[in-house]
Amino acid sequence: MAKILMKGNEAIGEAAIRAGATNYFCYPITPQTEVAEYLARRMPEVGGVFLQAESEVAVGNMLFGAAATGRRVFTTSSSPGISLMQEAISYIAGAQLPCVLLNIMRGGPGLGGILPAQSDYFQATKGGGHGDYRLMVLAPSSIQEAVDLTMDAFPLAEKYRNPVMIIGDGMIGQMMEPVEFPDEVDKGDPATNEGWAATGARDRKPRVIKSLYLDPYKLEENSYVLHEKYEQMKQHEVRYERYKISAKNDLLIVSYGTMARICQTAIDELEQEGVSVGLFRPITLFPYPEKELRKEIEARNVKNVLVVEMSCGQMLEDVERVVQGVKPVTFFGRTGGIVPSPEEAKEQIKNMIKKPTRAKKASKATAKKQAAKKKSSKRQRKDA
Amino acid sequence: MHTEQATKTIFQRPESLSETVTHYCPGCTHGIIHRLVAESLDELGLREQAVGVAPVGCSVLIYNYFNTDFLEAPHGRAPALATGFKRIRPDMTVFTYQGDGDLASIGMGEIVHAANRGEKITVIFVNNAIYGMTGGQMAPTTLEGQITTTCPHGRDTTQTGQPIRVAELLSTLATPAYIERVSVHSPMHIIHAKKAIRQAFTYQKDSVCFSLVEVLSTCPTNWGITPTEATKWLEENMFGYYPLKRFKQPMTEEGA
Amino acid sequence: MDQYEVLWAGFGGQGVMVAGQLLAYTGIKEGKNVVWLPSYGPEMRGGTAYCTVVISDSRIGSPIITNPRAACVFNRPSFDKFTPRIKPGGLLLVNSSLIDVTTDRDDITEVLVPANKMAIDAGSPKATNIAMLSTFVGATGVVEYDNLLATLEEKLGKKKDLLEINRKVLEAGFKLGKEAVKGKSAGRKVKA
Ligand SMILES: Cc1ncc(C[n+]2csc(CCOP(=O)(O)OP(=O)(O)O)c2C)c(N)n1
Ligand code: SF4
Repeated sequence: MAKILMKGNEAIGEAAIRAGATNYFCYPITPQTEVAEYLARRMPEVGGVFLQAESEVAVGNMLFGAAATGRRVFTTSSSPGISLMQEAISYIAGAQLPCVLLNIMRGGPGLGGILPAQSDYFQATKGGGHGDYRLMVLAPSSIQEAVDLTMDAFPLAEKYRNPVMIIGDGMIGQMMEPVEFPDEVDKGDPATNEGWAATGARDRKPRVIKSLYLDPYKLEENSYVLHEKYEQMKQHEVRYERYKISAKNDLLIVSYGTMARICQTAIDELEQEGVSVGLFRPITLFPYPEKELRKEIEARNVKNVLVVEMSCGQMLEDVERVVQGVKPVTFFGRTGGIVPSPEEAKEQIKNMIKKPTRAKKASKATAKKQAAKKKSSKRQRKDA
Repeated sequence: MHTEQATKTIFQRPESLSETVTHYCPGCTHGIIHRLVAESLDELGLREQAVGVAPVGCSVLIYNYFNTDFLEAPHGRAPALATGFKRIRPDMTVFTYQGDGDLASIGMGEIVHAANRGEKITVIFVNNAIYGMTGGQMAPTTLEGQITTTCPHGRDTTQTGQPIRVAELLSTLATPAYIERVSVHSPMHIIHAKKAIRQAFTYQKDSVCFSLVEVLSTCPTNWGITPTEATKWLEENMFGYYPLKRFKQPMTEEGA
Repeated sequence: MDQYEVLWAGFGGQGVMVAGQLLAYTGIKEGKNVVWLPSYGPEMRGGTAYCTVVISDSRIGSPIITNPRAACVFNRPSFDKFTPRIKPGGLLLVNSSLIDVTTDRDDITEVLVPANKMAIDAGSPKATNIAMLSTFVGATGVVEYDNLLATLEEKLGKKKDLLEINRKVLEAGFKLGKEAVKGKSAGRKVKA
């Protein structure tokens, strides 16, 4: 199929339909309302379900009920709306149902703003609602990747019977890029979900889809079942991209989503200036590419790791966890809807590279102290 | 001593309104409703003890236009914030100002229970039959057949139900309350709307009951017509379904 | 051409978003990579709207462009805001029907386009954005004239009379843009 120019929000809606997810529940919120507006037109054309609910609380629970049918179901929202769905998401994860959610993130906390941000990383990857559960979290950095990941999200959700969340900043929703929809798409088959869906107790015992286990042993068992799924995800589903990572790198950047593309431009321009920087871009934020990132850091002679995010430092904590003090980890970020420009990123990288070189001359211990002193800068954080 | 020549102020900005220019679109009636609320607060001497609760909607910035304290609530939750505040400070005047998405969609739970508990707060409910701020999606009050971005072929009531009549719905609660529906699309209607809003604050001042005034309002931008056409559209289309009426009033001397 | 970035800015309703999109569509037709990024938010209501378009032969990194190679400004606030941001050696297209000032920067080429007048002369003020777009394409050659025309026919072809007007404006603008930069180097003020 030829490439067509599409806005992220609309392309994601179209991708879901093509992946057989013709059941959609929503509530308007900027900057993702175009998904709902697009599907309000498209769903009737494909005989699907489009429903604007009274709130995101209701959307989450409509999704819960809809997922119990064994059909492909999804919703899209932005940060404050996703917060309201957390209760339902916890129940869905507890009841082991598949569904797909998209969060086009805007600045928070509270009502915050409507401009691009990546400040819901913790919420998406560390739980969000109550209880011992995880979501699979995918982070596209282009509209094509958003389309591809949306199509993959449904079979992944079914494979693990777990909610999958796609997170993108406001730019992923609002920008237009050429996209190509593959001809062959896994549309799913509700029949394969007969084993767990509520289809009526015909020729089988009644089935209850639930998350209540009053017997603590049973509840613990359920938690272990969930936990085992997350371990499986870690083994089989990790995705990431390496960009210009080489033995020559002075610095390794870890960044995801649109922010990673901004870093790419900075890296390309620095290359012209003779500075070598590599980029590690996680695509799955849960499961996090732990082993892979650790390997890059250990194998290379990089002196410094720089985490770049549109937040005050959230993925940073995962990188620190992975690096475990082997190399210094530094952070650069802007938040509140401010998107750092490639020039700003370049400036940060240059500063980062200068520092360790200077530090070489001093003894290692004093270098560490010096670096620690510099951490007070407003937007720079040295990890403790 | 005043002489015939002395200048006499006959019209001025109410003290309860600030000097900030509003961000509303040309022809939007949110501004008129703000003024009526402010005049009522002034006249009843309530400005210094008033706390407003802002919604999420076009009027989220209402606190920039008022000279009173304000809280900013999550979408739809203003009546809950107002309840929390008023229970602890019954001596203060607490009001919410909410659109139809805010109050009748996401906030339906909060408004029903605040009204049913008889919270002594005042609710100004602005019904413009659409979501303004997010760019024209269907509201629970959108009329049958009305086109919005999420019902591009017109509201299909077999799928979305009939538009919700908030004043009527809340009037079915047994708890005493003052509930009236007014409009602000013409001078005559504005004068009446003012009386209703002032009455609502009076009931709160006297600790009588919960009070809610539903105000029919225009949204020329998202209705996709001019301000003049919008006032006409309101009268021709909304009046039939949303009758202007006092639906409920408490059993006081003058009450029924 | 390696990568070209152009910013489109004006009042909501002047068609700046559409101008950017038409350019992006044409870029795709030529097998190029493109990104169209709008300003979004409360400024939609009557304020200044802008978008950036990046066209490239290779993979596009940052969709955020702080310093574009060209800016096409439709009104005075946009002129004031974006002129200083153009890369040295870059191009500034000014809608001279509405903007009565010129830049004092001597490191960019400035082309004055009487866009509203051109559109009205051709029959409809709605074609203002096409006047700017075609002059831009004439001046830069970022995409081919024929491909731009084809995009126009595809996207705006339903209304036959409007298409005719647009075609006229397209031709005039393209010529104007081409002439304007002929043999001129950056820094020369070019009145069209
Ligand atoms: C939890 C949450 N969901 C959605 C939104 C997005 N949102 C902002 S305003 C609004 C609706 C506004 O409509 P209405 O209440 O009718 O007020 P109007 O703008 O018409 O005055 C919505 C859905 C939000 N801010 N928070
Ligand atoms: S969008 Fe509608 S409700 Fe909002 S300010 Fe404009 S006219 Fe008023």
